[in-house]
Amino acid sequence: MRRLLRRLGLYLLAIWAAVTINFFLPRLAPGNPAEAALMRLEQHGTVTPATLKALQIEFGGDTSDPLLLQYLKYLNNLLHGNLGVSTTYFPSSVGDIINQNIRWTLVLLSLSVLLSFVLGSLIGVFMAWRRGSALDTIFSSLMTFLYSILFPWLALMAVYFLGFQLHWFPFADGYDTTLTQGWNLDFIASAAYHAVLPALTIVVSTIAGWMLTMRNSMITTLSEDYVLMARAKGLTSRRVIFAYAARNAILPSVTGFAIALGTVVGGQLLVEIVFNYPGIGFSLVQAIQGQDYALADGILLLVIVATVFMNFVVDLLYGVLDPRTRQERSA
Amino acid sequence: MSQSPNVPVSTAHVESGASAPPALLGGPLLGRSSQRERRGVAAVAAGIWGLITLNRKVMSGFAIVGFFTLVALLGPLFIHQNPLKYTSTLLAPPSSAHWLGTNQGGQDVFAQLVIGTRSSLFWAMLTGLIVVCISVTIGLVSGYVGGVVDDGLSLLTNVFLVIPALPLAIVAVQLFARTTLTIVLVVALTNWPWGARVLRAQTLSMRSREFVTAARAGGERTPRIIFFEIFPNEVSIVAASFITTTIQVLLAVAGLEFLGFGDSKLVSWGNMLYGAYNGSALFQGAWWWFAPPGICIALLGSGLALLNFGIDEIADPRLRPVRRPRRFPFKKAVA
Repeated sequence: MRRLLRRLGLYLLAIWAAVTINFFLPRLAPGNPAEAALMRLEQHGTVTPATLKALQIEFGGDTSDPLLLQYLKYLNNLLHGNLGVSTTYFPSSVGDIINQNIRWTLVLLSLSVLLSFVLGSLIGVFMAWRRGSALDTIFSSLMTFLYSILFPWLALMAVYFLGFQLHWFPFADGYDTTLTQGWNLDFIASAAYHAVLPALTIVVSTIAGWMLTMRNSMITTLSEDYVLMARAKGLTSRRVIFAYAARNAILPSVTGFAIALGTVVGGQLLVEIVFNYPGIGFSLVQAIQGQDYALADGILLLVIVATVFMNFVVDLLYGVLDPRTRQERSA
Repeated sequence: MSQSPNVPVSTAHVESGASAPPALLGGPLLGRSSQRERRGVAAVAAGIWGLITLNRKVMSGFAIVGFFTLVALLGPLFIHQNPLKYTSTLLAPPSSAHWLGTNQGGQDVFAQLVIGTRSSLFWAMLTGLIVVCISVTIGLVSGYVGGVVDDGLSLLTNVFLVIPALPLAIVAVQLFARTTLTIVLVVALTNWPWGARVLRAQTLSMRSREFVTAARAGGERTPRIIFFEIFPNEVSIVAASFITTTIQVLLAVAGLEFLGFGDSKLVSWGNMLYGAYNGSALFQGAWWWFAPPGICIALLGSGLALLNFGIDEIADPRLRPVRRPRRFPFKKAVA
């Protein structure tokens, strides 16, 4: 319990650090983001004094307040869930836009990461079990190549071959845009169909890491005495593999899961862009290109908070999986 | 007095972090300085050669990375045309005049590929070096000194560990200058914690060893103990972390350039992909435009990854490939 509280404190601190970085970035930047945002807003016509004030708090155009006060106001705004107004999609608030797009990202990300983790770990288990076999050799060399493939490039390849040449899958947008969004079968089927290529890209480009971690950890575990004992008792291979070896070998993968999340989230942003997928990655790039700092800032903050949160979940899970970590002062 | 203690291999390493400091890496190369001087340059060269040929993965990885390094260093000398020069041969497929064809502006793809190698490799390795310097300093100091310093540095490490690099880089590039340096700084800022954490754990287990106690008893100063006594034993982890970071930076920079957030005046693999994507090379079937940069990135990355896996195998003998005895067909004994 104390360990969890400590971790929780740590993550809160991480979020605070992220927020602070977020506060200082536009203030340190050359040029005046607040001015730029203001000018874009004026093109839309209406700028209420309240909007102006909010903008200044966010980007530091208002120099009448001392920096500390600006910072406190910024924190206060954030705590009230007020992320500001998007200049690209005026008058929608940043919160609304993120709210619209986040579900696309969440569904795609969770499905593909889970698939990649499970599949990769399973392949890793069998590679270790049948070590030195043709299967191991083939996957090992494949793994090395996939380990360092560029996400968006793989996405381009998928678009070119599977989408453009073979016409197997659609390669733009999150759903058939002639349909209206809603919880009907047509729409869900279309969304799933459109998700195949992006998901495939993420799975293929992240699977190597899981395979590698699992294989190495499994090889080490397989040489443990309790595995030898299990085999000597004449248990079936399946039982030895899953109930004895893989159960213990999965631990490094779980730690890796937390660390890989940052990379995967980043990669997901790139994949969304190649596929014009309506998630937050696509919005982020659009926001940047339209100099919509409020939106970009909000998305950045959300991504960081989400990554921190997922780390916490993995931490909780780790406590369940490995009893040793529940003790105080363990490594 | 043992310089390269036999450390038990922990399975707690993830991605590519080799845990055990192998005698092979730490011992002959970075032993005590007097020893090194006595053996001379030739012996060190022989030692390095021995390391390279020790493991098949290291050997092939070294060959690939060495090839790209040579191209980066010498390649531009052999390219006599300006890679950015527009010509009238648009989107030509590969031919003897243009080995990898031309792009939509009539620019020679092969020339761009060769020139681009230099910037892609240079930035990746430079950042790898920066990151390793930060993680070594923080990891070792935190692990060895302990106490409040350790608490503070560990906290810092854990906080930075969870901040994702790419979104931060996108925003930073937009707010500050659109240069590779900005990307590199962000990637360095977000990538050092992993190495620092592994190194801290390793240092923690090493500080109570006899040779460290002996050095302390001998009156060595703390910085000397940290960087000259403990550090040489962790060279394999440092190497692995350098290589991993180099791959990460290679991919991150190329990814950001692909999105158009790079320095547009620079000839690099990522910028080539950006051009190809925006010039719809895909839908014009110009594979010679968009395929080569991606393949080069993956190849260079594979070479680095092979080096890394090889170091893992040297560090942990259990990961080395097993040779299966060939099955001989049983012949019935003829009486």
